Amino acid sequence: MTDVLTPVLSKNWGDAKSWTRAAYERTGGYDALRKALAMTPDAVMTEVKDSGLRGRGGAGFPTGMKWSFVPKDNPNPKYLVVNGDESEPGTCKDIPLMMASPHTLVEGVIISSYAIGVHTAFIYVRGEVLHVVRRMQQAVTEARDAGYLGTNIMGSGFDLEIVVHAGAGAYICGEETALLDSLEGRRGQPRLRPPFPAVAGLYASPTVINNVESIASVPSIIARGKDWFGSMGTEKSKGYTLYSLSGHVANPGQFEAPLGITLRELLELAGGVRDGHELKFFTPGGSSTPILTAEHLDVPLDYEGMAAAGSMLGTKALQIFDETTSVVRTTLRWVEFYKHESCGKCTPCREGTWWLVQMLRDFEAGTAKEGDIEKMLDLCDNIGGRSFCALADGAVACVTSAVKYFRSEFEAGYKKPAWELLPYELSARFSVPETTGAHA
Amino acid sequence: MTVTTKDTGVEQAVETITLTIDGIEVSVPKGTLVIRAAERLGIAIPRFCDHPLLDPVGACRQCMVEVPDMGNGRGMPKPQASCTLEAMPGMKISTQLSSPVAAKAQAGMLEMLLINHPLDCPICDKGGECPLQNQSMSNGNGESRYGGVKRTFPKPVPISAQVLLDRERCVLCARCTRFSEQISGDPFIALVERGALQQVGVYAEHPYDSYFSGNVIQICPVGALTSADYRFQSRPFDLVSTTTACEHCAAGCELRSDHRHYQVKRRLAGNAPEVNEEWNCDIGRFAFVSGRLTDRLTMPLLREDGVLRPASWPEAIDAAVAGLKAAGTHVGVLTGGRLTVETSYAYQRFARAVLGTNNVDFRARAASAEEEQFLAATVAGGTTDKAVTYADLERAGKVVLVGFEPEEESPIVFLRLRKAVRKKKLAVVAVAPLLSNGSAKLSATLVPTAPGAEAAALADLADVDAGTVVLLGERLAAVPGALSAAAALAARTGARLAWIPRRAGEVGAVTAGCLPGLLPGGRLVSDGVARIDTATAWDVESLPAEPGLDVNGMLGAASDETLKALVVAGAEISDFADPVSARDAFEHVGFLVSIENRLSDISSCADVVFPAALLEEQSGTFYNWEHRPRPVARVNKTLRSPMTDIRVLAALADAMGADLGIRTTASAAAELSELGAWDGARAEVPAFTATDDAITPDGFRLATWRELIDDSRRNDGAGELLATAKPPVARLSAATAVRAGVTEGGTVTVGTARGELTYDAAIDDTVVDGVVWIPSRASGRNVAEALGARAGDPVTAKEGARS
Repeated sequence: MTDVLTPVLSKNWGDAKSWTRAAYERTGGYDALRKALAMTPDAVMTEVKDSGLRGRGGAGFPTGMKWSFVPKDNPNPKYLVVNGDESEPGTCKDIPLMMASPHTLVEGVIISSYAIGVHTAFIYVRGEVLHVVRRMQQAVTEARDAGYLGTNIMGSGFDLEIVVHAGAGAYICGEETALLDSLEGRRGQPRLRPPFPAVAGLYASPTVINNVESIASVPSIIARGKDWFGSMGTEKSKGYTLYSLSGHVANPGQFEAPLGITLRELLELAGGVRDGHELKFFTPGGSSTPILTAEHLDVPLDYEGMAAAGSMLGTKALQIFDETTSVVRTTLRWVEFYKHESCGKCTPCREGTWWLVQMLRDFEAGTAKEGDIEKMLDLCDNIGGRSFCALADGAVACVTSAVKYFRSEFEAGYKKPAWELLPYELSARFSVPETTGAHA
Repeated sequence: MTVTTKDTGVEQAVETITLTIDGIEVSVPKGTLVIRAAERLGIAIPRFCDHPLLDPVGACRQCMVEVPDMGNGRGMPKPQASCTLEAMPGMKISTQLSSPVAAKAQAGMLEMLLINHPLDCPICDKGGECPLQNQSMSNGNGESRYGGVKRTFPKPVPISAQVLLDRERCVLCARCTRFSEQISGDPFIALVERGALQQVGVYAEHPYDSYFSGNVIQICPVGALTSADYRFQSRPFDLVSTTTACEHCAAGCELRSDHRHYQVKRRLAGNAPEVNEEWNCDIGRFAFVSGRLTDRLTMPLLREDGVLRPASWPEAIDAAVAGLKAAGTHVGVLTGGRLTVETSYAYQRFARAVLGTNNVDFRARAASAEEEQFLAATVAGGTTDKAVTYADLERAGKVVLVGFEPEEESPIVFLRLRKAVRKKKLAVVAVAPLLSNGSAKLSATLVPTAPGAEAAALADLADVDAGTVVLLGERLAAVPGALSAAAALAARTGARLAWIPRRAGEVGAVTAGCLPGLLPGGRLVSDGVARIDTATAWDVESLPAEPGLDVNGMLGAASDETLKALVVAGAEISDFADPVSARDAFEHVGFLVSIENRLSDISSCADVVFPAALLEEQSGTFYNWEHRPRPVARVNKTLRSPMTDIRVLAALADAMGADLGIRTTASAAAELSELGAWDGARAEVPAFTATDDAITPDGFRLATWRELIDDSRRNDGAGELLATAKPPVARLSAATAVRAGVTEGGTVTVGTARGELTYDAAIDDTVVDGVVWIPSRASGRNVAEALGARAGDPVTAKEGARS
């Protein structure tokens, strides 16, 4: 089944010192940049647009179209901001990409900036991953030393500087407008739209915000052409992408495959659910996407397939849970995350997650009361679609989907603690040491 | 809370669009938010964060509505916040009245807002006038399904001496933080922390000391922000509310004054879109207790054996009449510029028709003949339709501030200028010795001008045209040639002029004729026709034709005893340009009648003292700087309340065998209105020349003005307010500091032959070299009294020890 994989972004991850410019260039790195600079910016943009590349950060908005929204007549500078604030539970693709091959992203940023007409680009990296921040900074320095950044890049007349910025530890800063506030040095909270970032984003100037993987995909599109890219994937979800599998699988990790692959195929690549167990439920794209179950093993993991199944492709972060897992406990842990990460700006998210956590704790402890499921679903209805940004939608999606597929487990929470129904040690991925001499 | 869109007096021709709300069509100007469009139909969508004068934020999510059609045939799949949704042509909106989805979204939001809200309504100041309470009743579920743990915080946290924060009551609507950032420009409060622990925080190194801090209490939709002095004082439903006008400056704010048991408990900004919109300053809000202190006068006092003793009214009136009659026409009347137009009118009529003199002046401050001529020519008898207005400030292309610090001297003018700067790209130019904090918040361009050099600066001012408005402060009276230069500038460029004095009664006093050369309505004493016109109206044979003495003349004549008697009302010795010589005059004058609310330094040396009603105990009118009548309503009156000034004057006139002709505020107003503005000869604008004395290379020049919160007696008793006053510092440039031997963090001693004052030094490189700025009346230091100097005078400056 190895022929299913299409390693492009991850092709060089196993190379010796893959993060260095020398290693990157040995495998054809920065050739796409040379090719792009020989094209007109419009031609580059058209190539990306025609490739059908869609945003890999979750929403799936066509990348080339996003670029074309930037007004040409705005006198302010234009900015490209790369969203590397990967913080979604389960999602692990941008960080390994930046860790293993930062130059792929740097090259993508340069080509994309050239296409949009940007002279200052920012890479906003989640602050907790300091080693990745350093890799990115080092890569930018190397690129500058090689003349890929700075003024008159490779004699093309094009100027570009890249700033690598470390976030300060807030999930909300992955929301693009909160990210802009954070980048400007303010508290990260989502902004009111309109104006949209394409018109008034960073420093009130036209700004394109793209996910790391989207931008990193650009060099391959330029190097090998839109037809090559479009030959992979499905009609509306073109190309390859990084799927990350975690949880109860034999071999968790990143799997680069064409869009539209199924979980059944991915599980085979990952060695299947851990030995002696079977799939109970999974998230298709991180904890913000409604969970799915074994009945969805053959649904194509692309934008349309997931939407049809009542979920979302999201960040293609497949968290795999086997039959030992308490869905109540899992949901509680997720909602605790959202409660902690709610920025506090709007009522439903701030107060609703505060309340949901308390209700879920009752379900977990077996102290919920008859009717609490309906109350919780009603509360989810009052939160979802009423909040300022999509954070709260993600927070309720896991709750409503969990109740949809595993209502009986919640009903059990009227009488019995979840840890008695499904003892937690059975679902532990790694055995818990007898003595807990932490940091001994 | 606010439910209607305010027309701020700036009319705009705008395109309208039509949409349908709950099946009813409504046409609104393009750009209108759906929540406001609904208001036009009388549909109140519940809200917390929305405020028509603040930028939309969409934080509370309370105002959810359903949008079956965006106007393009497509609906929105989820309910939308109507406070951030712009009305579109053909749009269809279903509010809670017609949409169960919207009603449920709103009820759900209220339920969530209440899960972490304490149930302390019975002891909360806001209980009874609380939007959260009201909207929970009108749009909520009535019963909470929440059984969990509530978030709590220690309470309360002071965000300034005047404003307290109970964090657990806060619904995080960000009205206060948006006000501080967008309206007043003092962003010293901000939301901090995240999730349910989000809270309003104060900058650790700087409390929320803003001249406008009280507004955040008023716009808080819950009881999270309360006023330190009103806290636990009353329940809203026990208060009696009166709409009146503020007496503290010439801005003319509408106020809501709330009293209980005949005592004013609090004052709120009134809703006057064309004047103060919905804001006021902290002085207007909090400085209202000075009239209830132990120095309140309630009965006449008579000097006997050198001591003032209580006296009966007949006794005091007899004594006053005897003293005034003995003085003949060698008598003067000084009113302090704080009186209503009706009262000012009564005083000048008393001077002219009863005492037979033109010796009358309201200017208990620096004053000049040039200023009187300027006021006679440009201010007297003015009307709002011809004068510069707040709306004109918003429309202007440029506003030039000369001798005028709006934030300190007329805070609502400052707010309107700031609004115009933010929303309409107004350019502000400050002709001043330094770029003040207020000017900086107006993004003003400084024309560095040493005090005294304003006339030359005005003569050289470039880029002034008919779209420019020049705002002139009362301080220019002390600068020879400045007002003449302003008049010349207006004549040359077509720019419009507005004079903005500090005190509330000054514009009214000019129109009432409280000046030695000016009769009511701009009539000149020197004009025989005008005199006859006035005499006829007053039913007297003639009026004195001899020009009177102005305030400087009267004080001088009192000192050398050529003036035999003075009647003084509403003034303090510390008000005058030189308090030392003023005190000398009041001590030397043969006979002194003082009519006051409170025992003052003038009434203390008077021969007869009459008590007068407080402003809150009478009705009347102020003309604000736009000449707009600002009606003062009687808020409350007790049996202790004395008569009004007009009644006292009428009683004195009766006893002197003359007739004042007016006995009530209403009759004074009617008479002044009947007289109207003079259509005959008017004064010419002054053409005085400037005195040019450059700062000598080794000399220093004084710059000074009054700050909003200072040692004024109006602030007496308002302790929390005074605690928010700016710390007194001397401002000087680095070069000046070097020359004076002063270092940052050190002190500077400013001196004259009369005395010295010492302040902490603040190095501020916007200050013109050679100039040292100090506040006129801060922390017990009266510059005019201690130094005998005024702005522009030479002073010494050196490093000093702390005084």
